[in-house]
Amino acid sequence: MGKSEMVATRDVYGKTLVEMGRENKNIVVLDADLSGSTKTAAFGKAYPDRFFNMGIAEANMMGFAAGLALSGKTVFASSFAMFATLRPFEQIRNSIAAQNCNVKIVATHSGISVGEDGMSHQSIEDIAIMRALPNMNVFVPADGPSTAFIIREATRINGPVYIRLSRPATPVIYNPDTYEFQRGKANIIKDSPRADVALLAIGTLLHEAIHAAELLEADGYSVIVADFASIKPIDKEALVKIAKASRLIVTIEEHSIIGGLGGAVAEVLSEEYPSHMMRIGIMDVFGESGTPAALFKHFGLTADDIYRKVQKAIR
Amino acid sequence: MDDKKLQNLQDEAKNLRRDILLMLSESGSGHPGGSLSAIDVIAYLFLAEMRYDPANPGWEDRDRFILSKGHAAPALYAVLAYRGYFSRKLLKTLRKLGSPLQGHPDSRKLPGVESSTGSLGQGISVAGGIALAGKIDKKDYRVFSLVGDGEIEEGQVWEAAMACAHFKLDKLCLFVDNNGLQIDGLVSDVMSVYPIAEKFKAFGWNTLEIDGHDFNQIESAVETFKASAGSGKPTAVVCKSVKGKCISFMENKASWHGIAPNKEETEKALEELGCVETLEDWLRED
Repeated sequence: MGKSEMVATRDVYGKTLVEMGRENKNIVVLDADLSGSTKTAAFGKAYPDRFFNMGIAEANMMGFAAGLALSGKTVFASSFAMFATLRPFEQIRNSIAAQNCNVKIVATHSGISVGEDGMSHQSIEDIAIMRALPNMNVFVPADGPSTAFIIREATRINGPVYIRLSRPATPVIYNPDTYEFQRGKANIIKDSPRADVALLAIGTLLHEAIHAAELLEADGYSVIVADFASIKPIDKEALVKIAKASRLIVTIEEHSIIGGLGGAVAEVLSEEYPSHMMRIGIMDVFGESGTPAALFKHFGLTADDIYRKVQKAIR
Repeated sequence: MDDKKLQNLQDEAKNLRRDILLMLSESGSGHPGGSLSAIDVIAYLFLAEMRYDPANPGWEDRDRFILSKGHAAPALYAVLAYRGYFSRKLLKTLRKLGSPLQGHPDSRKLPGVESSTGSLGQGISVAGGIALAGKIDKKDYRVFSLVGDGEIEEGQVWEAAMACAHFKLDKLCLFVDNNGLQIDGLVSDVMSVYPIAEKFKAFGWNTLEIDGHDFNQIESAVETFKASAGSGKPTAVVCKSVKGKCISFMENKASWHGIAPNKEETEKALEELGCVETLEDWLRED
């Protein structure tokens, strides 16, 4: 559990794009005037004939992405999560998802960890709306190494993929030599045949969940921890197995408790194996300005917060 | 163009209008007004200009047509059936459950439909993306698209207009079907889009203004577009047109935007077109 190494998933995205662009001449990358922040600028520098800055016009960017994909291109379209999903949602629906276009929407600066820019830039609904689209795959990598793997994996899927990345550098969780991602499969990080609690997490909060699990274990509780980076499709089999083995299911995400991981897990379990659940996330409120660390504390998303909430529920 | 070509196009356009009316009558819903205003431009492109192969709809070097005003689907379906993309019999299934002839064009269901459209403002962006792909791959194909005049109230159209000029997509030709009407009334009353050509010009496009029902003018506009290859500018052709063109009781009436003619109205319309075939004949056909 590398406390020392910190990597921003968006940096890994930029590097991975450049690597992939070398092998795959079919990749075209679009951005909407945020290429320095989303890190697609590196691809633009390496392959200027396959990079297009669409300006501050996300609706049109998604339409162009669809047209390029209909012409056989593998398209990456990037912006901040707010402007890559909520702004051009209907274009993504009608031009991209409905035609099963081979477009990878890779959004950075998701959730509240955008930080100081505040509410207008803090997307806490993007997983919910992207998940609602037929054909759409929704992946949320938890660290640098998994981001590299998942970005590559997205190009092996012939259809639309939404990948949610973050602004700040976050702790490296996985060993790049051993990490594997499979669409529709959860990654069980800590298993237990009979757990007091299962912590299901995504993205920036997986690391917090792992740390919270250590605190709970120190109190003598047995804990399952799982990474649900593939939110759609979701691993129903693993969910039911975890639910059968656990007294309490806790979902942990830097997203609204409505429609994100919590929503997806509740949908499955309420039908397949009704379970006692607790959703930890943004509690149906908007974000605000502050440092990412201050905001995680404010919204109760740190390992300590998770530990306290869970401990109260299971003691 | 010579008289024979003109006569042929006029005859074919009349038959396509007949098919539009017949399929709308049978479906009981749909958009006659804007289909009839747009059909002459669509007919010219598919019958006299574009390179494509109905037996090989995915041919890489084909010219593309994107119907951005997707509600004029009957006009597109009529010409695709006429050119053999699918059987004319299928026209009878318009808007019915299970039909590939969806209420608005669906590229996943019907060959010849390059992109699903219907949500206004989106087709022009998709057309831009296809033209950009052609430029990246150094292809010779041209991309034609048709937008409604009401449609250009959508902000996305102007995002796309900016981008097409910025990326110098001179193999893209956009027709604006300027019939002057939208669902709620006159375009000039609901939300004026005028002056249209000047707006596109200001966005960096070559612009032309023509009568959208005059095949000679359509031809010369297309020739002007072709001559502009290498200019680095996309071309916008503003086509003055008549909503419900050729059917007296439909012409220039916003109320005919989105309702289908009933049996009597269809018979009357077919009679006005001088059709020998009646609705009954058509329904009996295999």
